[in-house]
Amino acid sequence: MALVEERANAGAVAATPAATIGWWRRYATAAFFMGPALVLVAAFFVAPVIITLGMSLTDMATATGLSNWEWVGLDNYERMTRGSFTLLILGNTIFYVVVTLAINVLAGLGIALLSTNVDQRVGGVFRALWLLPRISPSVVYTLMWTWAAAAPPYGVINQLVEPFGVEGRYWINSDPWLIVFLINGFVGASFGMLIFTSAIKSIPEELFRAARVDGATAWQIAQRITLPLLRWPILFVLTYQTMSLFASYEYILLTTNGGPGLYMTEVWSLWAFHTALSSYFGNLEFGYGAALAAVLVIMGLLVSFVLLRIFRFNDLVADPRIEIT
Amino acid sequence: MTTHAAPSHATDAPLPPLASSAMPAWAAGLMRALPYAVLLLFTLPILLLYAWLTYSSFFPRVEGLWPVGAFTLENWRFLWAPESVEQLRNKPPIIPLTLNTLVFALATTAVVLLVSSMAGYALSRLHFPGRRAFLGSVLLLHSFPSVTLLIATFIVLRWLGLYDQLLGVILVKAAFELPLGIWIMKGFFDTVPWELEMAALVDGAGRITTWWRVVMPLVRPGLLALGLLAFVSGWNEFLLPFVFMPSGSQATLSQLVRALLGEGRFVDYGVLVAVGLYYVLPILVLFLVAQEQLMRIYGGGVKG
Repeated sequence: MALVEERANAGAVAATPAATIGWWRRYATAAFFMGPALVLVAAFFVAPVIITLGMSLTDMATATGLSNWEWVGLDNYERMTRGSFTLLILGNTIFYVVVTLAINVLAGLGIALLSTNVDQRVGGVFRALWLLPRISPSVVYTLMWTWAAAAPPYGVINQLVEPFGVEGRYWINSDPWLIVFLINGFVGASFGMLIFTSAIKSIPEELFRAARVDGATAWQIAQRITLPLLRWPILFVLTYQTMSLFASYEYILLTTNGGPGLYMTEVWSLWAFHTALSSYFGNLEFGYGAALAAVLVIMGLLVSFVLLRIFRFNDLVADPRIEIT
Repeated sequence: MTTHAAPSHATDAPLPPLASSAMPAWAAGLMRALPYAVLLLFTLPILLLYAWLTYSSFFPRVEGLWPVGAFTLENWRFLWAPESVEQLRNKPPIIPLTLNTLVFALATTAVVLLVSSMAGYALSRLHFPGRRAFLGSVLLLHSFPSVTLLIATFIVLRWLGLYDQLLGVILVKAAFELPLGIWIMKGFFDTVPWELEMAALVDGAGRITTWWRVVMPLVRPGLLALGLLAFVSGWNEFLLPFVFMPSGSQATLSQLVRALLGEGRFVDYGVLVAVGLYYVLPILVLFLVAQEQLMRIYGGGVKG
């Protein structure tokens, strides 16, 4: 670290004669390089966070326009606690996050363990297949599931369950949660899969070698060696995905859009979106929507902070090789 | 990479077989086949979905997995005779939509690459006040779910006069990709040996010239990886154009697919699938060509 620092200083001095170098000059270069990033981060991260919090204290809506609004204190938050659908939507949100998370992490773990236990190339092909839903446009991915869930004679789910005596139906209407879980489950699994795979691959081979020499079975190796060493990656994926799932609504928006009944599959983030940006009732309530979003923003900031401090986030994502401070 | 971990391929000798001496040969064979079978079973839904997507646009009708009728290109006529496709009558024509999507994806990629490599370079090489704080906040933002900021972003775009314009959506999209981009580029700049750069600086080249002429060519793999990621993400984007360009004058392909999808439960899947496949095709090609790259960069921690 110290070595690198010296090099950096040496370079800076070499750039201009040491006598004339003013530190303002060095900061001018830094400002040039950092400028665009600072502007974008300020405009689309910092300002929105402040605006979300500020707006949540106003009655801003289509009715008031962007200029005739008034401060209403914590009214929006109070309304949130009184709202007749708040509990239903909160329940939906927790149901959605818990089940999807379980599917994502278990599937991710399963695929990672299995694909590293078969022929390397075959394992790679399977992992690539699992990545497909993530890199496909959400609308096309949703389109495929809409077909799979379609009413007879189109949907493949009906064809698959028919031999078991299940009557054909339009699954998005009859079992909306099932489809929501399937769609999000197959997209989200690849996140854990990739992180677990690289964690498994970084386990020294000697451990597996020794276990096999001692006569351990594949299941014993997974249970006694691999899984304990995956403790941190698993905790990381759990935390990270919990937060992303609380904030995510794109696939629900594209399939059930919170329906088919009143708020049947509405989750918190979609509720905020509907309230402020896409209301059925014509009046977009920016203030109330911002209050709903503010809950998620604050949660997101807190969890990100925890990730950063406790899970040593930079150890788990691609980390820099040297740190110049 | 942790430095204390032993390299995983220390020896070339094959691993000893798993404990199986107690089993008869057929049982051992079954045990070896088991992981393949389980993997295949779990992956089957994905295989079915993509298989259906690739062939069902070439038949007049597909019921479940079974095509009805003979091979046809009828569903693809939106490419050469769009006016004859009833579902597309009151929709923007496909070619301009494709160009919009391409412009959106390429512009987002360009902004992300330029801004990330500038900031990444500064964070890797320069001393300035707030550097550590900015690095910390980049990491914080990387895991922060930016989608929660859409309502406020709407206000920002209105203030900037960029609401309902492609440029506004490009900037928002680029900003959302930025934390990851800066982090990736900083990592790549960190690996570039200092000596080359120092030689250029000693020769009297300025910082900016040195960065552009000497260092940028050395981080080409990083630019390629990040560019790939940003392009795929931009090409696929649905929510941002949907929310921030309501008039649809510069709509992208995702809006068209979404509009077709939303036309009720008894839609004609033929045309819908053809348009969907047309939209996803460049991504599938990229996926086949640059699979390794994509796996690595998505594994490097991307929003899930």
